[in-house]
Amino acid sequence: VTEAGTIVVIGATSQLAQSVAQPLATEGRDLLLLARDAQKLSTVAADLTTRGASVTQIVTDLAALDEHPALLASIEAAAEEDWQAAQASLTVNLLAPLSLLHGLANRLAARGSGSLVVVSSVAGDRGRASNYWYGTAKGALSIHCQGLRNRLAKTGVALLTVKPGFIDTAMTAHIPKNPAPLWASSDKVAGLILAGWRKQKDVIYTPGFWRLIMFIIGCIPEKMFKRLSL
Amino acid sequence: MTHSFRSWGTVPTPPQVSISPSWRSELPQQIHSKRGYLPVGNGRSYGDSCLNADGTAVVMTGLNRFISFNTDTGVLRAEAGVQLTHILQLALPQGWFLPVSPGTAFVTLGGAVANDVHGKNHHCDGTFGRFVNSFELLTSDGVQRSCSPTMHSELFSATIGGLGLTGVITTVEIQLLRIQSSWMDVRYDAFRSLQQFAELSAELRDGHRYSVAWMDCVTPGTAGRGVLMSANHATTGHLTLGQSKPRVSVPFSCPAFMLNRYSIRAFNAAYYRAQLRKTTRVQREHYQPFFYPLDSIGHWNRIYGSKGFHQYQFVVPIDALSALQSMLEIVIASGNGSFLAVLKEFGNSPSPGMLSFPRPGYCLALDFSHRGAKTEALIQSLDARVRAVGGAAYPAKDRLMSAQSFQQYFPEWTRFTQFIDPACSSDFWRRVSGKIGTFAPEAEA
Repeated sequence: VTEAGTIVVIGATSQLAQSVAQPLATEGRDLLLLARDAQKLSTVAADLTTRGASVTQIVTDLAALDEHPALLASIEAAAEEDWQAAQASLTVNLLAPLSLLHGLANRLAARGSGSLVVVSSVAGDRGRASNYWYGTAKGALSIHCQGLRNRLAKTGVALLTVKPGFIDTAMTAHIPKNPAPLWASSDKVAGLILAGWRKQKDVIYTPGFWRLIMFIIGCIPEKMFKRLSL
Repeated sequence: MTHSFRSWGTVPTPPQVSISPSWRSELPQQIHSKRGYLPVGNGRSYGDSCLNADGTAVVMTGLNRFISFNTDTGVLRAEAGVQLTHILQLALPQGWFLPVSPGTAFVTLGGAVANDVHGKNHHCDGTFGRFVNSFELLTSDGVQRSCSPTMHSELFSATIGGLGLTGVITTVEIQLLRIQSSWMDVRYDAFRSLQQFAELSAELRDGHRYSVAWMDCVTPGTAGRGVLMSANHATTGHLTLGQSKPRVSVPFSCPAFMLNRYSIRAFNAAYYRAQLRKTTRVQREHYQPFFYPLDSIGHWNRIYGSKGFHQYQFVVPIDALSALQSMLEIVIASGNGSFLAVLKEFGNSPSPGMLSFPRPGYCLALDFSHRGAKTEALIQSLDARVRAVGGAAYPAKDRLMSAQSFQQYFPEWTRFTQFIDPACSSDFWRRVSGKIGTFAPEAEA
């Protein structure tokens, strides 16, 4: 796609969002940035403006996709035992994107054009003991996107589901980067997302080898899988 | 978290603690009253000036945003973790170039300031620090100061070339260079001896903004031969970006036997012949291979094997050519020959930093694969000769410089110590200040 018009970046201060937005800024695009922290947002806005974008900033808590990296890490860690935290994790990772997707999809469908790019995760492909609350949210998000894409297909609106593997960002700074080949930079993943969007793909794994990894993981019989620690 | 850091020389080092800030707004609280920290950039310093074994490395590469760029005046402001390659990607298509290019574009802006880097245009333009309008410096007491030649001018001068010891450089404003083309007009001239190099360099330096020579330091009998490259930015041609990522990469450390005196001699002979072919006429070359030839090979440092290597770069005064000749002979005799030896005449422009390395004279950069005590003895004997003629060696490339050498090379070092952030330290600093094992010797003074 090479559609014109404003690109809305929700959670604009996340590193991946910045990496996605940077090449778009270089193209001189109009960017509408949403984030919660005004100071950080203005830092990002200055960067993207310098790169050539026309930037509008909205400081908002409503989107709530802009997780402070530490907050997300603590929500995730606490989610294991704490139902309150689990609910908060589901709200941030599932209900908030669903609510926004619902509204955006209806507007784009009425217009009859446009595309939605939703960043889900390989964590949603199979539940694992180490992060199944996050996996639950991402799995539900992926399935929701599947259905929504099916519905939107008749209206001319595209929906891309992105399933990244491990990305080396501030959010994952606390995790040892082993094995190294499984970790990708946010620039690399961003490049793949933009390429997928331009080619009007439906579902992409970033990098692509995760499709194979998740296929293999998906093939393991549950009887065996439940004994593994992946 | 704990990280196994290696400097670009890859000589193994123990793991150390690091933090990776992402936001300027959070940085003051992250370094507040942190003892023994060292801001580091992209890890392209060869020696131990970017290592801090007992302390915390503050890895600045996450602070990589632009702040403003005036395309009419070429004034650029950015966070200190922005790499020079990113600046080129932004500015070159609009007709602006780096005022000074070190041998790789994969260094951060903060690192370029903290090492007061130089390039092939030193004889015309001086060091990188001369193009720094101002920067902001954050210290462990939580205070951020704007420094420039007129504001906090002494702190400005201490921080340029200050090896990260005066605090964290958070943002930098630099003046870029106007260009018409991304192409270079390059002429190649062969020389057979150091004396011939000196004559050629003197003859060609005024007509060319860029000048650098490659010299054979391995083959007995022909050592001292080389090729001088002299260049200017072309005035015609397109403004096209070069490859910003390595095309190929060295996937793992090569077995040590691959680099030996015979393979290095063969390489030097082949390289000399290849360069000789270009001496017939002026060549048009893209800026990328001209300025950053090794940037197209990822992890080229791995060719030296898992034991790593040393780089030794030094400058001797113009009248010390015979000392340079005798050092060349020592290197040849050692058999630990340098893969690529780079020779350059530095100019008279004063360097702005108290600890800036460049000064008028001939500068030679050599690399030696790490062969333990033998290599260290070789470098120490070279150091003794540099001291004897009043030259200096380059801290950014060093991990062996003695306190005695450092204090002679950089006579302003005692004045410099007043400007050190008492919470800052590095492996290099603990060694050359002669206060091994203490984080803040100057705080106790």
